[in-house]
Amino acid sequence: MTAPTTYAWEIETRDLRARAGRRMAVDGVTLTMGRGVHGLLGPNGAGKTTLIRTLATVLKPHSGELSLLGGEDLRHLRRQIGYLPQEFGHYRRFTVREFVAYVAWLKEMRDVPAAVQRAIERVGLADRADDRMKTLSGGMIRRVGIAQAIVNDPEILLLDEPTAGLDPAQRLRFRELLTELGTDACVVVSTHLVEDVAAACTDVVLLSQGKLVFQGTPDQLAARGTERHAGDSPLERGYSALLGIPDRPGSW
Amino acid sequence: MTAHHPSDHLLRRYSSGDDDIPADELWAVESHLETCAPCRARLAPEPIAEAVWAGLSPLLDRTPQMPRARAWRRLHGWVSPAAGPWLAMILLVIAAAVALDRTGFAVGDRVSLVLLVAPVLPVLGVAASWGRSLDPAWELTAATPRAGLPLVFRRTAAVLAVVVPGLVVASLLTGTGFARWLLPCLAFTVGTLALGTLIGVTRAAVVLLVAWAVAIVAPTIAFSRTAVALGPDAAPGWIALLGASLVVLVARRMAFTRLEANR
Repeated sequence: MTAPTTYAWEIETRDLRARAGRRMAVDGVTLTMGRGVHGLLGPNGAGKTTLIRTLATVLKPHSGELSLLGGEDLRHLRRQIGYLPQEFGHYRRFTVREFVAYVAWLKEMRDVPAAVQRAIERVGLADRADDRMKTLSGGMIRRVGIAQAIVNDPEILLLDEPTAGLDPAQRLRFRELLTELGTDACVVVSTHLVEDVAAACTDVVLLSQGKLVFQGTPDQLAARGTERHAGDSPLERGYSALLGIPDRPGSW
Repeated sequence: MTAHHPSDHLLRRYSSGDDDIPADELWAVESHLETCAPCRARLAPEPIAEAVWAGLSPLLDRTPQMPRARAWRRLHGWVSPAAGPWLAMILLVIAAAVALDRTGFAVGDRVSLVLLVAPVLPVLGVAASWGRSLDPAWELTAATPRAGLPLVFRRTAAVLAVVVPGLVVASLLTGTGFARWLLPCLAFTVGTLALGTLIGVTRAAVVLLVAWAVAIVAPTIAFSRTAVALGPDAAPGWIALLGASLVVLVARRMAFTRLEANR
């Protein structure tokens, strides 16, 4: 049995601002996230990556408040975070198992071998576990990225564009995994694929130009759209309605 | 616990997953089994369990088990996984400097090449150990609990453990005094990290390489004699630089837990 948590939300931000270079990429975001799968949506340059980096504690907020797991000291907090950066750099000469074990060591874990085996099995790479990373396809590399993020059974799991490079069958499997992970962790997935959100997310956060435009369930997002808005599904029409994208074919 | 053990018939129905057992009996059997080992033993030799095991055991043999892992992990606890080729290159540069020195090639007034390259060699190794330019997993590493000054020190120590013995051998072969290269070498190493906390390790490495070229290599070539900085009188200057760098490094140590030191 684990002790009950002493915080209301895994992630809580108040008027959070963070810079990417000189630009204020996250500009006054107030939100709360609990357990479940949160889809972070928004056009390119909306501040998704900057927000995720701030949540991963690698970027210092410029101003505002950020409280993760009720506010612990940095090192202890990071043991409970899993993070897949947008550009997932890896060591080509490592085997899958060596790489995930190395990340587990960086996360100061005990009982590394068993956790590594479990993480690799969860992403379906058990049969390639002892192959070198340079022999893997792009989709498999992505799955190694997911394995290293979940190896420590994180309370907060941050995935930046995890579905890029996965084929349709792998994406379906990935959505199942997301749903599974969301039952006992706070999962934040940034994506620009609206259908990923529809299938796997319990909650949608929509960012535009560094500001929070919408937070609610996928159904609530869909309800915002009408036939007049651009998009092929209710969710896409809701997305266009909130971002004010006109239904003009051919315009970017 | 209780003397009322379930009948053989009931146990068989329970273990085969019979739906027709009344709920109260099911409860009773289940809670009894939890506390009564002899009755659990009566359950054990079941054809279903045997069948499941028969199907499972060949799979278990094929599932890869954790093989050897200790040695490499102990190594990579110190050496950055990205630094290997760079450390090899550093040793090659030292070997080349010795070889050129041996063949009589020297800059200006018999200034040993070994002395000239000594300060910048660790800078390359440090840049390979921390920062986005040479370490592909830089962002991943920066987000882990182990990121920070202790890990940076470990990786730097690994670089020095390669560079310093290499330079010791080189200076023995060429007859260059230890004191003349050791201090600049250490000062440049710690200086890279200290400057790295302010502008990022990669940029710091570039700045120091340029500074080395301008302040040490250029005068050596221009005036054909050992630059003042490498002369015997420069030691207090190098010690001061080393001390100042250590102070900056400790004061700004939290930078290594963020992306800012990776630029």
